Formats: sequence, structure tokens, C-alpha cells
Amino acid sequence: MTKTINLTLKVWRQPSTESKGGFETYQASDISTDMSFLEMLDVVNEKLTMDGKEPIAFDHDCREGICGQCGSVVNGRAHGPEKGTTLCQLHMRHFSDGDTIAIEPFRARAFKVLKDLMVDRSALDKVIQAGGYVSVNTGGTPDANAIPISKEIADKAMDAAACIGCGACVAACPNASAMLFVSAKVSQLALLPQGRPEAARRVTAMVRTMDKMGFGNCSNERECEAECPKEISITNIARMNREFFKAGFFSATK
Amino acid sequence: MHLDAKIPGGPLAEKWDRHKFELKLINPANKRKFEIIVVGTGLAGGSAAASLAELGYNVKSYCIQDTPRRAHSIAAQGGINASKNYQNDADSDRRLFYDTIKGGDFRAREANVYRLAQVSGNIIDQCVAQGVPFAREYGGLLANRSFGGAQVSRTFYARGQTGQQLLLGAYSALSRQIAAGKVQMFTRREMVDLVLVGGQARGIVVRNLITGDIETHTGDAVVLCTGGYANVFFLSTNAMACNVTASYRAYMKGAMFANPCFTQIHPTCIPVHGTYQSKLTLMSESLRNDGRVWVPKTAGDKRSPDQIPETERDYFLERKYPSFGNLVPRDVASRNAKEQCDQGKGVGETGLAVYLDFRDAINRDGKDVIAQKYGNLFQMYEKITADNPYEKPMMIYPAVHYAMGGLWVDYNLMSTIPGLFVLGEANFSDHGANRLGASALMQGLADGYFVIPYTIGGYFAGAKLPKVSADQTEFTIAAKEADIRTKRLLSINGKRTVDDIHRELGNILWNYCGMARNDAGLTKARTLIQSLRSEFWENVRVPGSDKDINQSLERAGRVADFLEFSELMVVDALTRRESCGGHFNEAFQTEENEARRDDENFCHVAAWEYAGEGKDPVFHKEPLVFENVKLTQRSYK
Repeated sequence: MTKTINLTLKVWRQPSTESKGGFETYQASDISTDMSFLEMLDVVNEKLTMDGKEPIAFDHDCREGICGQCGSVVNGRAHGPEKGTTLCQLHMRHFSDGDTIAIEPFRARAFKVLKDLMVDRSALDKVIQAGGYVSVNTGGTPDANAIPISKEIADKAMDAAACIGCGACVAACPNASAMLFVSAKVSQLALLPQGRPEAARRVTAMVRTMDKMGFGNCSNERECEAECPKEISITNIARMNREFFKAGFFSATK
Repeated sequence: MHLDAKIPGGPLAEKWDRHKFELKLINPANKRKFEIIVVGTGLAGGSAAASLAELGYNVKSYCIQDTPRRAHSIAAQGGINASKNYQNDADSDRRLFYDTIKGGDFRAREANVYRLAQVSGNIIDQCVAQGVPFAREYGGLLANRSFGGAQVSRTFYARGQTGQQLLLGAYSALSRQIAAGKVQMFTRREMVDLVLVGGQARGIVVRNLITGDIETHTGDAVVLCTGGYANVFFLSTNAMACNVTASYRAYMKGAMFANPCFTQIHPTCIPVHGTYQSKLTLMSESLRNDGRVWVPKTAGDKRSPDQIPETERDYFLERKYPSFGNLVPRDVASRNAKEQCDQGKGVGETGLAVYLDFRDAINRDGKDVIAQKYGNLFQMYEKITADNPYEKPMMIYPAVHYAMGGLWVDYNLMSTIPGLFVLGEANFSDHGANRLGASALMQGLADGYFVIPYTIGGYFAGAKLPKVSADQTEFTIAAKEADIRTKRLLSINGKRTVDDIHRELGNILWNYCGMARNDAGLTKARTLIQSLRSEFWENVRVPGSDKDINQSLERAGRVADFLEFSELMVVDALTRRESCGGHFNEAFQTEENEARRDDENFCHVAAWEYAGEGKDPVFHKEPLVFENVKLTQRSYK
């Protein structure tokens, strides 16, 4: 049943990348527990607008947990307290009347803050551009059923491919490592026969670019797996490491 | 003005081959002399940009999001159709073509739809080669399921995330071309105008959403892949940023807008639950493979569903449409759900919902099998509603989902402006008055991977393209106008927020131009839209400044265009004196309350030409000629 709650928000406000940011306090009143977290922010923004203040800037788009554009750190946790949930799918029924909620942007050396809760995650695109693809042009591909792929392998590839590229893994990691993100793509393509021909080249290039973009290393904290809204498993990181060493020792790719 | 669809001659099945042969070619060394602007990075835009770059063209790609991996194609859940006939159930190009034409209530062009069916198989091949992890059987071959409006299993899927996987496939191909230097990627840019030089589309004006700068970009052709306009209803299943601005600005520059009143209301969405709600969430049509739709037989029955015995339930789709049952097309399913609710049989707190029940499927196949097929959808439902669909039937209600209407294009996907091509949901071409499930992904990728790479060459080979530069007056004037519009929005400083006005517009359209329409309502809607538009320009409040990240300003620009466009929708709905597919005028229905077409007078595409501010748009028609199918009253009984 619908009920309403009142909340105190402490929101990170930062006008631009260069300027200094800080927390501002806002009251969010009569918040329906059926609202999503972003709808709660919409309500706050409507009020700020009418009060002649600047609304809080935050990234969002699909609001159904799949585009990966939203994401903030809520009470110290990327995408908030619910497991396997993006911020847009986090509903206010998980909070209680009178709660104080701290909301900050994803923080990492590779993600600069653009404004308030918005960050620049283009470094993740750079990693994909380094090799997160199969080098086939449009046309001239064999019949889709020409190469059977066992269901088990296809399912594992799909588990990895479910990554939405939101960057929560980076924000959650004490080293701001992007290993979960990178390994998800490496795994998907390394598992499938279509991705094997350039597997060595791919993993080498992607890992190098990841380092170059300023992402940290993995020290097995497992925070990424705990916070990933799509529950991508860290076994993908192990698979990526295997692929990386294999490429280094046994292939011509350096 | 004569609308020439440029449909190639010859038998239906040979038209595309013949056309490909007859199109003039550009030699590989010359392709690099052309620069193509592709706006939007959904399935159509991503696949077009990548494929054109692979051919050697220089491509500039633009998206509104922070990366080209997020456009709303990503949210498509259920699947993508292809006439592979892997299931040996008598599928063929011809059957996919026929189902799509019939599903669209005979208001689409035969030649375009047949081509769509012909390339559908290539799409699956392409995606598998890219590493898209489609669902597979234990034997290692691809799995299929059924979708509405078809009696064969031809839908390929990747769990409930098919759109995501296909988009990430296109994004990977695009990323490869970005790395190769063949595509220049511009993220966080919103197209705010189209620039014509000498009557040809030669560039665009965009607002940089980070710096606020108004930028101009030149090219030899512009390819719009900017999606649909369903957000004109405020509440829809579209992503928040989906808008009509790019299409509408092109319309103002001379591209005709076709069938704007053809909007799709999807039957299976999570019902509206509060006024603060920002969007609606779709539950994939694939659920109707196993879920049964029902309401209590007695109006006002408020018992919980498990208390209602079998004899007191009305499985109304199975009862009325025994051969298609729960898998009737979307427009039929939506209207029937509305009809039940109008009779007071709706369920849930608001009475605006029907049940979608998996009890029988779980008893038959076991919970594990159902979880395998729909696990992520069930989980999503539970997150939003806090109800567990394994134990309690889902509650669903129709919601605005897709726009069949869009910019008019010919067989080459070129609009009425030379050099302006329109792909995917942004064009009008393939779905008629109603789109079948799992066909949007097919069309977006068909246009991008397999149509535009050929047809754009034909245009370049035959067009004179003088050099243009962004210093030319056409560009500087367009940029200046965009800047003036932006400053005007910021200067009003009234008493209503952008969302508040947008929500009111949505209510007007939902009430009067939604699932059922009538002349009185449409006429009233037109007046209401006009006065809301005046109020917007006097009383909207847009905070902040233009040279900054300003999300209120972005929304204000989009809503300003929705306020113009919505009137065109209403005018189109009033002019079409028949019911067909998603356009249901209550005055035109059969005794069984099905849509009644008027093939004698309305078997055409309505294409609207912009006539200037404050003037009524000018109507043009492209007659639809059916040489290969017989027009019948659609029957799913």
C-alpha cells in the first residue's frame, strides 16, 4: 500500500569540473514509497526550480535499469543499498520516514565530475575501442547456425554480456579499478568461437588501455561484484587474467 | 507536390535485387571523399554509422547520451524476428512479409516490407558473427519463441535483453570504426536544427550539452536515426530523453511527416500508480507466450485473484480470439483490456489493470523453466511493484510504446529533402498502422546494416554536391536562430515547470488521442493544445543558464517541439476518416468493436507538409497499391 515518508538529503553540489564541490542539505517531504529514487529527485528538483534555485544535475535515461546512464553513490554505496539494482530501479519503500540520505557522484581518477552527480565515463568507451569487438564487417557472414555453440557456453557469455557499462564497479572499488567491466567484455568474446581468433590481441590491448586511462588494479576486494547492478561475477576477472597471461606467454601478440 | 516512392518495377520478390543492381556505385577510392552525418546511435544509427564507415565513407556520429551504447533500443526486451524457418514451421520471407503487412492493418508499403523480410535473416547472421549471445538449444543451435500476430516461432532472443545485446553488437562495430578513425564520435550533443544548402541537406546544428555551445557541422548527407515521438504523451515506455525535435525541425525545413497519428499502445505495461510517475515500464510481449490474460467475470469483484475460482474468470482474449488467443497483435490486445476496464472489470487499486497470470504455465512446466525464460522480467516487475509474479498474477495495463508514424521516406529511405535520409523508428515506412512485436529491432538493423549502405551511394552518384563550409550564411543563421530560441526559453521565468506542462500535454493526448478517439475529443484536444502552447511561452520557468549543463533547458526545448507536433498528430487523426491499427476512431468500428478500415478512400499514406508558423499543414497523399496481398478485414479469431 502506498504511504509517504519525509527525508533529509545531503546532496553533492558542484557547479563544474574545475570548481570545488560540497554537500547541501534538502528536505524531501511527502515522498510516496512507490516512487523510484530518481522520481524522488525529480520531486526535489521541481521544488528547487519553483524556489528559484538550480535543480540537481544527474544522469539518467531509460529508467528501467538497462541503459546504464544513471548512478550515484547513495549512503556510501554505488546505486544504493539494494542488491542487483540500478538507482532508477531503487524504490523509496526501502527507506524509512526520517532517514537522512547522502548522495554523491561516482568517484574515480578516471571519472571526472562534470556537474553535481554527473560524471564523465568516456574512459570506458576508450577501453572498448581498444578491442571490445569482433572484427567483422557488415555482410558476408556465415549462416547463424553454421557454428553450434553449447548452451552452457552461450549462457556464460550472456551472463558476462549483461554488463550495462554504468561504472558502479569502478566507483565501488577502493582502487577505482575497471577490471569487472573490462573482464565482462573480454569474457563474453573469449568464450564464443566468433571471438577466439583475436582473443589474445583483444585482451592485451584492452588491459593496456585500461591502465592508461587511469583505472587502478584489482586487489580482490570484491566490492565490484557486490555492487554490480547486473550481478556480473568476478570469475570473469579470473578468466581475463588467464587470457592475459596466455596472450603474453603463448601468442605472438605483445 | 508529387510523392514518388521510387518503388522498383518487377515482381515483389525481385525488386530489391533489381534495385541494388540498378543503383549507381561509388568506387571504393571515392567513398572517402564523402562525409556523412549520422544522428542517433540506437540500432539504426549505430549500425548505419559502422556499416558506412566500413565501406570507406567518413562518418560523423552524434548522440544525446554520454556514450553511443545507451540509446533506447537497449530497452527492447523480447526479441527480433527473422524468416529463417529454423523451426521448420513453414516460415518464409513471404509469410513474414504477409504477417507484417496484415499486422499493420494494410497501411504499409508492400515493397519496403518485403525487403525487410528478405534481409531479416542476414541480420541474425551478422549479429551472431559479432558475438551477440542469442539464446540456444542444448544442441547448440539458436532458439526461437513466438510473438504476437504470428503463428510461427521466428523470434530470436537473448533472455529478456535482446535490444541490449543487439545494440551492444552495433556499438562494438561502431567502436571499431571510431578506433580506426573512420567515425568521429560526438557524444552529449542534441540536434536542434537541420541545415539546407541549395535545397540539399548539408549539415546540422547541435547543442553541446556540456558546454552549452551551439555548434554547426557540415556533411554531404544527413542520416536521421533519432527514434520515435511517443514521449509526446509524457508517460510512455520510452527513455526520458526520447524526443521529436530532430524530426520536427526537419519537418519545418521541408521533410514531410507521414501518419503522425499512428502510435502504438502496448498492452503489457506496469500500470500507472501515481501522479509523480516519470515513465512507464513495459513487460515484454513474450510473456504472452505463457501468461494468460484475464479479469473477473463480474464487474466490481474486489476479491484477491487466488480467491476467484476458475469459473468466475474471463480469459477474454482466448474467448474472443480462439486461434491467436493471448498472442493477438498489440492494438487488439490493448483495446480489449481497455474495454474490460471500461466495463468496470479492471483490477487493482485504480481499476485500470488486467491480470497476466502464469499459474497454469508454472504448473505445466515448473517454476524453473518459467524462470529461465522470464526470470529477469519477473524480477523487474517485483522491483517496481513489490509483488511476486510467481505467486500472484501480474497486473498490466496498456501504455504508449512506439510511433509507427515518422518522416516520409521513399524506397531509398530518403525524405522529401534531397540528402536527408531517415532510418528506424524515425521514419514511417514499414509498420503501417500497427507494429508487430519483435519487428522494431528488425527494422532498425535492416535499415542501418543492409539498406542505407547501398541507397546512399545511389544518391551520391547522382547528386551535385558543391563544397560547403560552416561559415556560410545558411549555417550561421541556423545557429543564431537556435541561440535565440534557447535564450527566449530562459527569459520567460514564469510559474510552471517544464515537466508540469509536459504532463498536462500528455494527459490531453492520452484522453483524446489515445487508444480510442472521436471527433469531439480530437477537436477539443486541438484547442487545448493551442492554449497550453501559449501558456508555455508565457509561463514556463527554465532555471539556469545556456552556457552550462542545463537539463531543464534541454527538456524545455523538447517540450516546445512536442507542443507543436502534438497538434499535427491530432490533425492527422481527425483527417483519417477510418479506424485502422493503432488509430481507432469510435465512429468507425464493426459490430464486434474491431477497427473498420475504409480501403476505398483511405488506403494511403498521409504526408504532411509544413506551411509556416500558425498555418495549417498541407495534406499530401501517397496511395498504397497492393498487388500481392488481398485487403481483408483483419481477423485473429
